[in-house]
Amino acid sequence: MFGNIKKKSPSFGKSKKKNSLNQKKEAGKAWLFLLPSLCGVTIFVFLPFIDVIRRSFCEAMSSQFVGLDNYKLVMNNTAFRLAVRNTLRFLATCIPILLILSLVLSLLLYKQKKHTGFFKTSFLLPMAIPVASVVLLWRVLFHKNGLLNVLFVHMGKAEIDFMNTDKAFIILIFSYIWKNNGYDMILWLTGLNGIPGVLYEAASVDGAGYWDKFRYITLPRLLPSLYVISILSFVNSFKVFREAYLISGDYPQESIYMLQHLFNNWFVSLDIQKMSAAAVMCVLLFIIIILLFMKLDKDGE
Amino acid sequence: MKLNKGIKTCILFILTLVIWIPLWMLVSGSFMGADELYECIGPVLSQRDGLAAWTVFPEYPTLRPYVELLLDSPEFFVMFWNSCIQVIPVLLGQLCIAVPAAWGFARFEFKGKKLLFGIYIILMVLPFQVTMVSSYLVLYRLELVNTHFALILPNIFSTFPIFIMVKFFKEVPKSFIEAAKLDGAGEFYIFTRIGIPIGSSGILSIVVLGFLEYWNAIEQPLTFLARRKELWPLPLYMSGITADNAGVAFAASVIMMIPALLLFLYGQKYLEQGIAASGLKE
Repeated sequence: MFGNIKKKSPSFGKSKKKNSLNQKKEAGKAWLFLLPSLCGVTIFVFLPFIDVIRRSFCEAMSSQFVGLDNYKLVMNNTAFRLAVRNTLRFLATCIPILLILSLVLSLLLYKQKKHTGFFKTSFLLPMAIPVASVVLLWRVLFHKNGLLNVLFVHMGKAEIDFMNTDKAFIILIFSYIWKNNGYDMILWLTGLNGIPGVLYEAASVDGAGYWDKFRYITLPRLLPSLYVISILSFVNSFKVFREAYLISGDYPQESIYMLQHLFNNWFVSLDIQKMSAAAVMCVLLFIIIILLFMKLDKDGE
Repeated sequence: MKLNKGIKTCILFILTLVIWIPLWMLVSGSFMGADELYECIGPVLSQRDGLAAWTVFPEYPTLRPYVELLLDSPEFFVMFWNSCIQVIPVLLGQLCIAVPAAWGFARFEFKGKKLLFGIYIILMVLPFQVTMVSSYLVLYRLELVNTHFALILPNIFSTFPIFIMVKFFKEVPKSFIEAAKLDGAGEFYIFTRIGIPIGSSGILSIVVLGFLEYWNAIEQPLTFLARRKELWPLPLYMSGITADNAGVAFAASVIMMIPALLLFLYGQKYLEQGIAASGLKE
C-alpha cells in the first residue's frame, strides 16, 4: 500500500530517489495518525456494512442465498414506496426554499453594518435550541385548536387541522427551515465575503447597475458555494425526523411518513433483511448523488 | 433596486421575531402555573373544545413548574444525567480520534488519500437510518445494545469532525513545519506544539457543533436503547409529555435548552467558524 508513489508533493530540489524515500516515510507517518480513526471506522462501519450487503442477498432464517428477492420485496412494499415518495417530495420542496431564503437573508446581512452581531446570533439561535424544547411549542402553534388557527379565525379564515391532514407536511418544512436557515446563511456569507470587492468596483466604473452586478458577478461567483450548501442542506434534511417523531410518533399522518419512519418501524419488528436491502440501495443512491455533486463542482471551476 | 439602509434593518428586525417570539413563549410558558397553562392551551393538550390562547406575560407568574420538576421528578434528573454520560465521552473521544486523523489528511501526501477522504465524506453524509442496521449488527455482536456504549462508541468515530478539522489544519503555514523539522522536531512534537495550538479554534468548533448534535440525540437512543428506558436521554423525556404533566413540560424545555444556549453564547464565534469551514472548498 505504501509503495509505488507516483504523485509528488513539491519538495526542495533533492534527488528523485531520496524524494520518493522521503515520501514513503511521510506516508507511513500519515497512516499512523489515521490509524485510530481507520480502526474504528472499519469495526463500526465497513465490516458490518459488508455483513449487511451479504444479508441483503440472503433469506432471514436459513441464510440461504436468494438473489435479489429481498430487493424485490422492498421495491414492491407499499410503505416503502410511500416513504420514498414523501422523502423525495420533502427534499424537492424544502431544499430549494431553504437555499433561496437563506441566500436572501445573507444578502440582507452582507454589508449590513449596524447590529450585525445581534442578527447573526438571532438567526443562528434555532441551531442551539434542542428539538425537544421547541416541539412542544409547535404543537401549541399548529394544533387544530392551536394559536395559528386563532389567528386564522380572527382573519375570518377557516381553521386548518395541521396535525392530522396533509398539512402536517407544512409543519415539517417550517421546522426544517427555522432550524437550518442560520447555518446556510453563514455558508452563503462565507461565499459572499470571498468575492473580491474589486470586481464590483470595476463593474461600477463600467456603469453596471445593482441587478447587473448581482446577475453577472455575485451569482456566478456563488455557484461553487451552492454545491456545498446543497449537500449540507441535504444531510441536515434527514434530521427533520426528530421533529416529526416528537410531534407525531411512530406512525404519523401519511404525508410525513418518511424513510426514517419506515426504517425505524422495520427495526422495531427486526426486519433485518428488508432493512439491509433498503440500506444498500440508499448507500448506492447517496454515493451517486455525492459523485454527481462533485462532478458538477469540478465542471463549475 | 437598492434597498434603503433603514428599511433593510427594519426587515431584518422583523425577521428575527420569527425566532424570538417562539423563544419568549417557551420561557414565559415555563413560569405559568398548571392552572393558567391549562386555561391557555387546554384545548390543545386535552380534547377540550375551544381555541388556545396566550398572553405576552404570565398573568400569575410562578416558579412552581421548576420546583415540581427539580424536586418531584427524579426521572428528569436521571435523563439529564444520561444525556451527559452519552454526550461528554463522545466529544472527548472525537478529540482523540478525529483531530489526529485530520492532521494525517491535512499534513501529509500519501497514496490513496483522495479516495479515502472521499469515502470519509460519503460516511459523513449518510443519515443515521441508513447505517442503523450495520451499527446494530456490530453492537449486537459486541453485546453493547441497550448500554450507554451503544450511543457513545459509534459516534466517536463519526467522520464529520475530521472533515471540519482538515480545513483548519490546512491553514497551518508550511514554513512553520519546515522550520520545526530543521530544528529536529519529531512529527508528534510538530502535531502537538504547532498543529493543535493553531487549530485550536477548529477544535472548539467541533466541540460546539458536536454538542449541539448529540444533545439532541433522538434516533440512536430510540433504536439502540429501545428496551432500557431508564437509560434514555433528555430529548425523549418530551415524548412522554401529556396533558397531565404539561405544567412541567415548558420548564423541562427551558432547562434542557440552558446548556446548549450557554455553549452557543460562549462559542458562537467558533460555531460560525465551524460552519464556514464545512462549506469551504479545499
